[in-house]
Amino acid sequence: MIELRNINKTFKVARRNAGFGEALKALFRKEYTYIHALKDVTFTIGDGEMVGYIGPNGAGKSSTIKIMSGILNPDSGECIINGLTPWKNRKEHVRNIGVVFGQRSQLWWDVPVIDSFELIRDIYKVDEAVYRRNLDELVEMLDLAEIMRTPARQLSLGQRMRCEIAASLLHDPKILFLDEPTIGLDAVSKIAVRNFIRRINNERKTTVILTTHDMQDIEALTERILLIGKGRILLDGSLSELKKRNSEYRTITLEYSCGEFEEIHGITKQSQINGHAVFSVDTNIITVSDAIAHLSKNADITDISVVGASAEEMVVSLYEEFKI
Amino acid sequence: MKQYLSLFRIRFINSLQYRAAAYGGMVTQFFWGFMTLLLFRAFYKSGAADFPMEFSRLSSYIWLQQAFLTLFMIWYFDMDIFNSITSGNVAYELARPVDLYKMWFTKNVATRLSRATLRSFPILIVAALLPKPYGFSLPYSFTNFAMFLITAVLAFLIVMAFCMLVYISTFYTMSSLGVRIVAAALSDFLTGGIIPLPFLPDNVQRIIGLTPFASMQNLPFLIYSGHIAGAEMFRGIMLQVFWLAALVFIGRLWMNSALKRVVIQGG
Amino acid sequence: MLYGKYFSIHLKSQMQYKTSFFLTALGQFLTSFSVYLSIYFMFERFNRVEGFTYTEVLLCFAVVLMAFSLAECFFRGFDTFPTIISNGEFDRMMVRPRSVIFQVLASKIEFSRIGRLLQAIIVFAYAIPASGISWTYDKIVTLLLMLISGITVFSGLFIIYASFAFFTIEGLEFMNIFTDGGREFGRYPLSIYGEGVLKFFTYVIPTALFQYYPFLYLIGRSDNLLYMFLPLVGMLFLIPCYCFWRFGLRHYKSTGS
Repeated sequence: MIELRNINKTFKVARRNAGFGEALKALFRKEYTYIHALKDVTFTIGDGEMVGYIGPNGAGKSSTIKIMSGILNPDSGECIINGLTPWKNRKEHVRNIGVVFGQRSQLWWDVPVIDSFELIRDIYKVDEAVYRRNLDELVEMLDLAEIMRTPARQLSLGQRMRCEIAASLLHDPKILFLDEPTIGLDAVSKIAVRNFIRRINNERKTTVILTTHDMQDIEALTERILLIGKGRILLDGSLSELKKRNSEYRTITLEYSCGEFEEIHGITKQSQINGHAVFSVDTNIITVSDAIAHLSKNADITDISVVGASAEEMVVSLYEEFKI
Repeated sequence: MKQYLSLFRIRFINSLQYRAAAYGGMVTQFFWGFMTLLLFRAFYKSGAADFPMEFSRLSSYIWLQQAFLTLFMIWYFDMDIFNSITSGNVAYELARPVDLYKMWFTKNVATRLSRATLRSFPILIVAALLPKPYGFSLPYSFTNFAMFLITAVLAFLIVMAFCMLVYISTFYTMSSLGVRIVAAALSDFLTGGIIPLPFLPDNVQRIIGLTPFASMQNLPFLIYSGHIAGAEMFRGIMLQVFWLAALVFIGRLWMNSALKRVVIQGG
Repeated sequence: MLYGKYFSIHLKSQMQYKTSFFLTALGQFLTSFSVYLSIYFMFERFNRVEGFTYTEVLLCFAVVLMAFSLAECFFRGFDTFPTIISNGEFDRMMVRPRSVIFQVLASKIEFSRIGRLLQAIIVFAYAIPASGISWTYDKIVTLLLMLISGITVFSGLFIIYASFAFFTIEGLEFMNIFTDGGREFGRYPLSIYGEGVLKFFTYVIPTALFQYYPFLYLIGRSDNLLYMFLPLVGMLFLIPCYCFWRFGLRHYKSTGS
């Protein structure tokens, strides 16, 4: 159980301006600005939930993660995770969490992966039997058998990320923080990582908190999303709810051999070239089936597809809506 | 030429941003100079007759050394250059329409000059206020000062040309650390960085005098205080010009063959 | 033991780059060798400095060099702490259920310092018999205390240096005064720099407590038994260093940078 109540955090940062004169001036005097990184952040995450934590760069995502993992203490507010306050009971708390920073590595660069794993086992004081069981399971699930004896520096990015995730789960954490776990991965590796995260959440009931810019991750994995912008939680709801909010528009794409299309109220033509046309349909005005019927009246249609807003587009429209 | 100038400008502004680093450096170097002088004072007290130079001249030498540390010490290497060689990024630099030798040379000159400008004058000014014979004194004569300026510029360029050789050697060793430390250790002693060369026995001095190392900080600093004067100054300059030409020549030649290797290996 | 595990992982890693390792060790050796040369040549010219002879100074040099290289070998993690902070490695340490100070300590073990250590051993091998000291038990104990205390004081300085990195990673160069400076200027007994410097390195930074006073006892210039045990007092230096570390860590946790 993760509970955050009214968490606030302010940072003081030095300002640096461009140009030669400004650089000289900064030698003697520095100007500071205050940034309210988090304002009254409040949310609760239940055991075994999988939550997507999204927001643009600098919105406060990593500050929240740092607070929840005990690296940072807030100016005010309360955070209780499984009965502990992270920054007060750091050692006990971090025993129960696993953290994957997608852009950094926790594997020792020059030694075989298995050596890193064994060191992590000793750092977390994992019982040998538990370690064996976990390792076997993770090696099987993430398909690591081939690469365990390879030094981390020789792994591909996808292989390395799989090892990173395994390394974070060796001690059976109850909560797993994933910070951009699919960044820079190819399509195959992305899918492998996503499948694994889903399985871990299902089988071990591990609570997963996922921050990412990749909306496909969110779509594939999480039911619930938390949107943060300018330090505030702007939205806390399920992905399908969000979809409904954004569901007035459909995009209809047509392939046709001959004929003409006529725009009417509720149907807007977005493009039309060489037998390929795209329309946007406002379902508040006209139903999809009526729109298709209207469009096929004067043309010979060979193929048709109807698409709702993608998660990507929804997030863009959310960002616009909240002006972040 | 314009591209090298703008490269120079960017590096210069970049280094200016590190205000705290400049203050920290000044304090450190001032302390270092001070302690060094106290050390020599102890030896002076124990045997003034054996002292190879006037104490006030030694003081000027030490203060110039501390003030212009970033110009004349071999070990202020530019890590970017090492990294770009070992990581293979040098291939990108080769794609630009500039001469790599000149570009790296300029980059180094800019970095070192910008660090020195911030640090040198405060150190010299404070050092000038110290009581005799520990302070930084005025130059020995106008001629010596003029010669100091000329030899200092030449010495700086020789240091740069020598550093270029260390950079280029990385193309072959592919790990800069060892070469860097070995080069720094040897040059620190041979240039008079640990103790000024006049303190060495005469025969050792004579041998080092022929190497490029004696043409680095040793010559201008000794000319400034008048320890070296008259015809000896001109001999020094001749040697400097020779070494500068030789080191640049070797460097360019070596760089060309190193780059060929890179091209053949495909980066 | 966990430190042993870290030890073997570092050894394995560094042995992956043998050439670099040997060149670095050689460089370390040469660096301190050139310092040795400077002492040698100074004594070619001058017989004594403030009454100390060549072999006596060598003994002092070897103690400081050995203490420094051992401290640097094992406490290197603190010495490179600004990098650990700026590349985010420190955040990783914070999410592990072990003392942070232990993790920093174990994060780097620099075996190439063996080059400098070798120099110290050679100088010892020469100076211990050549110094003319009769090596009774009390002298041997004094020498050992000097070394242990030296390692502690240098480590303390590394910890202070690292703690500053919690506040800023710029301008830490001035700490070199005490670390590298302690090594470089500590090659001569600290009294030769004059009263003021000696006081500073007694009461502010306790370098003289392991390098100068016990040294006087060692070479028989003083028979004050207290001097023999001053290195133990020097080791207390670790306490304020640790407090400062805690203070820095608290700052880090409230700013996250």
